Amino acid sequence: MSRRPYVRRVPRSWWLHKPRYVLYMIRELTSLFVGLYCALLVVGLVRLAQGQAAWDGFLAALSSPLGVAFQLVCLVFAIYHSVTWFALTPKAMPLVIKDQPVPGIVIVGAHYVVWAAVSIVVLIGAGI
Amino acid sequence: MARSNKPMLWLPFAGGGLVAALVTPVLILITGVLVPLGVLHLRYETIAAFTHNPIGKVVLFGAVALPAWHAAHRLRMTAHDLGLGGGIAIKGACYGMAGLLILAAAGALIKM
Repeated sequence: MSRRPYVRRVPRSWWLHKPRYVLYMIRELTSLFVGLYCALLVVGLVRLAQGQAAWDGFLAALSSPLGVAFQLVCLVFAIYHSVTWFALTPKAMPLVIKDQPVPGIVIVGAHYVVWAAVSIVVLIGAGI
Repeated sequence: MARSNKPMLWLPFAGGGLVAALVTPVLILITGVLVPLGVLHLRYETIAAFTHNPIGKVVLFGAVALPAWHAAHRLRMTAHDLGLGGGIAIKGACYGMAGLLILAAAGALIKM
């Protein structure tokens, strides 16, 4: 089955005209930084498999000024992804318990609780 | 009705978005802030021991592969929003990159 989606010609800067659209584009571009950080993690796994010397080199690269700067940018976008993703959850998966719709704030709040719990478990696992 | 392969793309996208939201920030906090500050040490023996465990392998694979797939799918959609969509090139670049990352992660974890 061949699919040729219609692509409407729009100026490439359409999203700059309204603050809402700019926020939308920032939200979508979080995926670029999530992807780049995944690539960094994959490099880490490959270096780990190569042995102790390679792993220590990877850790040194993480702590270099460039490594820290790159990761701080990724961190800002990753947190923005989390916040916007949680904000969407009541719309993406509305929940009904005993014929009563669960208020959106409860669904979003539950995600923040799980986020905190997961973060604490990972930090403890990493040896903090 | 034509069968759609969209659920196959969507499920890992949504799962990856959730994993990226829940796990990725704390991972960056560890590798990008706490390790450089010397608060955490991620010693080779500790991390290697974690990856020798089958559950550790699956956890690490999920933490890398699902967000990578999520990012690929979302980047493809964003490219479409920017008027670059529709072509096979964008599709191949996004899913191809994610596929390579996922294969490399699986290879490294199997080797451990």
